[in-house]
Amino acid sequence: MTQFPQTAPVSPKLPPRRHWMGQSWFQKGQEFVIPPLIFLCALITVLTTIGIVAVLGVESFRFFRASGVGVLEFLTGTTLNPKGDPPRFGILPLIWGTFVIALGSSLVALPIGLLSAIFLSEYAPSRLRAVLKPTLELLAGVPSIVYGYLALLLVTPVLKAVLEPLVRVEFYNALSASIVVGVMIIPMVSSLSEDVLSAVPRGLREAAYGLGATKFEVSTRVVLPAGLSGVLASFILAISRAVGETMAVLLAAGVKPQIVLNPLRSVETMTAYIVNTMKGEAAVGTPEHLSLYAVGLALFGVTLVMNIISGIILRHFREEYQ
Amino acid sequence: MSRPSDRLYRPRQVRRRVFGVLFAGLCLLATLSGVVVLAVLLGSVLAKAMSYPPNPPWYALGQHAGEFWRFMTRIATSTNSPEPGEAGFKAGIAGSLWLLVLVAVIAIPTGVGAGLYLEEYAPPGRVRRTIQTNIANLAGVPSIVYGILGLVVFSRAFGFDPLALGKMLWAGALTLSLLVLPIVVIATQESLRAVPPSLRQAALALGATRWQVIRDHVLPSALPGILTGTILSLSRAIGETAPLLMVGAANSILYTPSSPADYYTALPVEIYNFATLPREEFRTVAAGGILILLALLLSMNAVAIFLRTPTGRRFAGRAISQVSRMGWAVSQAVFPSHRAFANGDSEAGVPGPAPNPSITNPGDPHPK
Repeated sequence: MTQFPQTAPVSPKLPPRRHWMGQSWFQKGQEFVIPPLIFLCALITVLTTIGIVAVLGVESFRFFRASGVGVLEFLTGTTLNPKGDPPRFGILPLIWGTFVIALGSSLVALPIGLLSAIFLSEYAPSRLRAVLKPTLELLAGVPSIVYGYLALLLVTPVLKAVLEPLVRVEFYNALSASIVVGVMIIPMVSSLSEDVLSAVPRGLREAAYGLGATKFEVSTRVVLPAGLSGVLASFILAISRAVGETMAVLLAAGVKPQIVLNPLRSVETMTAYIVNTMKGEAAVGTPEHLSLYAVGLALFGVTLVMNIISGIILRHFREEYQ
Repeated sequence: MSRPSDRLYRPRQVRRRVFGVLFAGLCLLATLSGVVVLAVLLGSVLAKAMSYPPNPPWYALGQHAGEFWRFMTRIATSTNSPEPGEAGFKAGIAGSLWLLVLVAVIAIPTGVGAGLYLEEYAPPGRVRRTIQTNIANLAGVPSIVYGILGLVVFSRAFGFDPLALGKMLWAGALTLSLLVLPIVVIATQESLRAVPPSLRQAALALGATRWQVIRDHVLPSALPGILTGTILSLSRAIGETAPLLMVGAANSILYTPSSPADYYTALPVEIYNFATLPREEFRTVAAGGILILLALLLSMNAVAIFLRTPTGRRFAGRAISQVSRMGWAVSQAVFPSHRAFANGDSEAGVPGPAPNPSITNPGDPHPK
């Protein structure tokens, strides 16, 4: 009987363990060090939230005390002129600007995003889907500064060329910002909605087909209502992203806080105001500088409420199908 | 079609069919619009970057390519300058790479750790639910709010000057780490959830401890998914501009940062700066910077998307097992254990290699 030369068995993952005490201090130490360590990691996320709320709250309080503006006056005042004499801090123009951009971008993104979600989940053959989905995800990876640049380079000149003969188009305008922000949030709507629509049970579709429904009717009257809460949640998340969007609106929409209905005029959003105040020469501790925290608190509040609402809707949906 | 029963059981058939086709076409158009936007975006930025003088005629393709290549190498290797013919992104590229490395070093271990805690260790209950809700909400907080947080906590240290990081690279890196932390945690949790529980049970049944199960089995099989999420979050961090503007990424830095305590600038910040300058030539320079940024980000995203496909998953799995094999060998050399294993299994009659004095454990209380 030939004896083959034996090599040591290679088992990289699980070497045989004869006895627990045979481990080095390094092995044993891990058992006791790791759990508290990763608990600390999880705690950091909680500390971040506490930090955000505390920082915004304290600094906003300092702002209200330093400037003597009341909360109601701050939220509903129609003049924002922090450099004036006396300075005026009414952020209604900023809220209006944010609202205009959010509305315009959702008019662009929600229909397109929803239609492409329906196409990807109901119509697309699997091979086409395998190409289209990653492309949409690549679109989601483009940073917002690029969209802002695109607004200046392409969208605004095109708008000017098309609309200038009829009406005056300002170089910085809300429409151009809305379009690019809308394009930016399309992938968000489409991928979240597509997940929800694909999760609708197959039996629902089969039943509708069995009753003689066409594909269009199945998509719009069976699948869409079944996934409606998830689709709504994705809409709200996308709008909240548009509200918090900074660079694209900073570049495209301008820095003029005013309440105008015309989307071809310049507006300023809350995010743009924060960056501009920071980049401006206001000294630390002055009411003008502190106002950025109060605006930040308002922005944080708005987006937090929207995210919580979308989370509640989504949880409702999950309960329905599990 | 013509039978009366058809009209009875399939009412308004023609209209419904036409509607269906129209709707399908509309959906296809909407989906393609995303692709078209991507193409238009890349094309217009590319065209802008190639419009830099001397602008050869459109049919001189070779000359165009040469000019374009010269332009890109120039803006990649020269620092900021008031003269558009000499301005470039060297400092920004270096700053962004620094940020990439620092964010990876800070956010990935923290995020993976938090995800591990929530999925593997945390007892179901109020603590876990609170942290979970909290992370879901953090993921939706606008990036500018993280900028404000970083400004107060890191740059100013609540007004406590000895600890204040000011405009150092550290401040930007820490702020961006907090920004991407929820993304890393959520990606980690999702891929941990995809690991079948039977794997954990089998390892536990063989006597492995909780951490051994996680380290040797759960983490390696969840790692492709974690990697995907991590790369996506890093690409998000590289593209962020607003928080960096808040924590003091400067516009005109003329040198590359050599340590995390230096002042810095980042590629998107410099692009923003060039895009807002009044001279038209700077827009062209900004277009070149955007091309560099997009090349970096889209390749990162492409890798992440590839790693999620079955092929990519297999590829990543093989790479990970190679690395972990090497890691195990190194750890055995540094912290020796399993002496009996290294000497061969004498009970089973398997001759092992000659006893190596360097890998015996003198402190073993139960010698063979």
